[in-house]
Amino acid sequence: MTIDDSGVRVQDSTVPGNGNNNSSTAAELPADLQDERLIASHGFSGAVEAFTARLRSGDLGSVPVVVGLIIIWAVFQIANSSFLSSRNLVNLTLQTTSVGVIAIGIVLVLLLGEIDLSVGSVSGLSAAVLGVTFVNQGWPLALSLIAGVLLGLVIGLFYGALYTRFGVPSFVITLAGLLGFLGLQLLVLGKEGSLNLPFDSALVGFATRSFLSPALAYGLVAVVVAVYLLSRLRSRGARAAAGLSAAPTSIIAIKAGALAVILLVPVLVLNGDRGVSSMFLLFVGMVVATDFAIRRTRWGRSVVAVGGNVEAARRAGINVRMIYLTVFAACSTFAAVGGLLAAARLVAVNQSSGGADTNLNAIAAAVIGGTSLFGGRGSAYSALLGALVIMSISNGLALLSLDSSVRFMVTAGVLLIAVTIDSLSRRSRQAHGRA
Amino acid sequence: MTVTPAPVTTSTVLELRGVSKRFGAVQALKNIDLDVRAGEVLALVGDNGAGKSTLVKTIAGVYTADDGTMVFDGREVRVGSPAEAQHLGIATVFQDLALCDNLDVVANLYLGRELRTGRVLDEVEMERSSWELLRQLSAKIPSVRIPVASLSGGQRQTVAIARSLLGQPKVVMLDEPTAALGVAQTAEVLNLVERLRERGLAVILISHNMADVMAVADRVAVLRLGRNNGVFTVSDTRTQDIIAAITGATDNAVSERAARRTQQEGSAS
Repeated sequence: MTIDDSGVRVQDSTVPGNGNNNSSTAAELPADLQDERLIASHGFSGAVEAFTARLRSGDLGSVPVVVGLIIIWAVFQIANSSFLSSRNLVNLTLQTTSVGVIAIGIVLVLLLGEIDLSVGSVSGLSAAVLGVTFVNQGWPLALSLIAGVLLGLVIGLFYGALYTRFGVPSFVITLAGLLGFLGLQLLVLGKEGSLNLPFDSALVGFATRSFLSPALAYGLVAVVVAVYLLSRLRSRGARAAAGLSAAPTSIIAIKAGALAVILLVPVLVLNGDRGVSSMFLLFVGMVVATDFAIRRTRWGRSVVAVGGNVEAARRAGINVRMIYLTVFAACSTFAAVGGLLAAARLVAVNQSSGGADTNLNAIAAAVIGGTSLFGGRGSAYSALLGALVIMSISNGLALLSLDSSVRFMVTAGVLLIAVTIDSLSRRSRQAHGRA
Repeated sequence: MTVTPAPVTTSTVLELRGVSKRFGAVQALKNIDLDVRAGEVLALVGDNGAGKSTLVKTIAGVYTADDGTMVFDGREVRVGSPAEAQHLGIATVFQDLALCDNLDVVANLYLGRELRTGRVLDEVEMERSSWELLRQLSAKIPSVRIPVASLSGGQRQTVAIARSLLGQPKVVMLDEPTAALGVAQTAEVLNLVERLRERGLAVILISHNMADVMAVADRVAVLRLGRNNGVFTVSDTRTQDIIAAITGATDNAVSERAARRTQQEGSAS
């Protein structure tokens, strides 16, 4: 990284003329804020202005889903005062986990602008494999779990190979998978069609009875906030050292404070009952890890690039086939893990495991959470937020003793609103040049 | 990451001799000779179907020539793929720019060659050197943290050209960089082309716009029906002569003699 002679000369040559004025501002302002056309936003008020401007332009991020979640919770709380009780919210976290884990995989394929319709069947199949090998064949638990996860991985690689080799649309490949793996699940389960997992096995214990102690939960919150604060301060230092604009410490402090509140309040409420479920913590950990992979690694950057413009990504030297292959593999693997967790929580595997609405709930969760169906735009956190919305509706309607008929229709309405918001904000982003 | 400035000489960087390319029964290129010199803008002009795009794609490694030799930096080379061409130091900015609209300027500049610390992207260093590169090009990009979709046509062209420079090329080929641009944006891109020349790069500029060609090019190579139809030095050639060579209005004995003389003068200077 050397500053070359001609570059320096070009910059120096601007000095005579209006140079004095120029060079003095250049010395004061960070490298990324020197352009005079930039709308200056300094300090705290500037950050707030920038945020509202972004919302107005249609760059909504997770704002709609958070607002939606608040509305849904308020409505159910008014209808039934036990909805926001600690006990029910602990149940909600347990219900959310398996759909949420599956939705993480959906977020990844949606980032590419593709779809996987078979996640439900794959989750059911991996649960069936777990049940048959662990209960009927007497394999060690770890081996059964690995078999289930590997199955998902292999299915995903198969999809990826079909897609990259033959160019079959992912919609069709996974529609075939939806049917085919449902059939395979029935075949694997055999005649009896239903298996109960031993209630005292480690897996069932993890999914149903394992909760963090209050001290551990609070300690974890403290560690997360501290790590966040340190990493932001470090990146601030690095940016300042590189001559770039850095967020004011007040903003960093406010953000860290907000994070602390966002984490502490749920932990406080959940600790009113059984506490934070280990299984839910595993899910949140997967979300955070996936988010990191999407935003901060070369692989994630390539995934977003392929979702935005395949041809540009290919010309930039990205191995596009490898990206498709890994994303399909990751999606099916998440589906398999979600299926195993669902089986563990229900303490059973049967013919309807992963059936019914698992598939559509997971896809709807990713979309409701704010991941665009058009590719190239989305966040792992939409799996968490979207799954919470879907399962809140299901949980709340169950509390009101309303059956599936209402649940399906309400979920459909929310999904439709979410997709409409996505389309509208996409149009608005294009109009505001933020596509 | 920045391009090391070659001494501004007129040494030949890229030399094509007798390059031919056939597509089935069509002879797209026949015996093309071309010299590209460091620190010089060579405009490549010709009518539709003259073979400009085929020639550019042959140099860029998209097509392989059927016949002829290519000498790059004193060595005879065969370019089998676009990646090989880039590796040699031949960067091409195609007309469609190939940018990801959903990514910001920094991400687009470093796409496929992200800087990392360990396995994590080094955003700070990428942003810093993006600014350094854009400043060296005196590029007018207000912010590198906005999606490329929000940039104007000229700014997008600038990003695409800056992107091609990250590989430290010796030759930069620009395929109709001003085709879809307004007056001010065209001027911006032409300034950028001149700045590439100042850095000692060899620039091959494909253009239909004679005003642009006359404004920035040092020499003009004319293709007609897949053959060389003269190389002109801009400083002592009139636009009409070049247009005549493009359209083939010179296809008679008298003007051919004139064109030959101009060509000799052109290559002698």
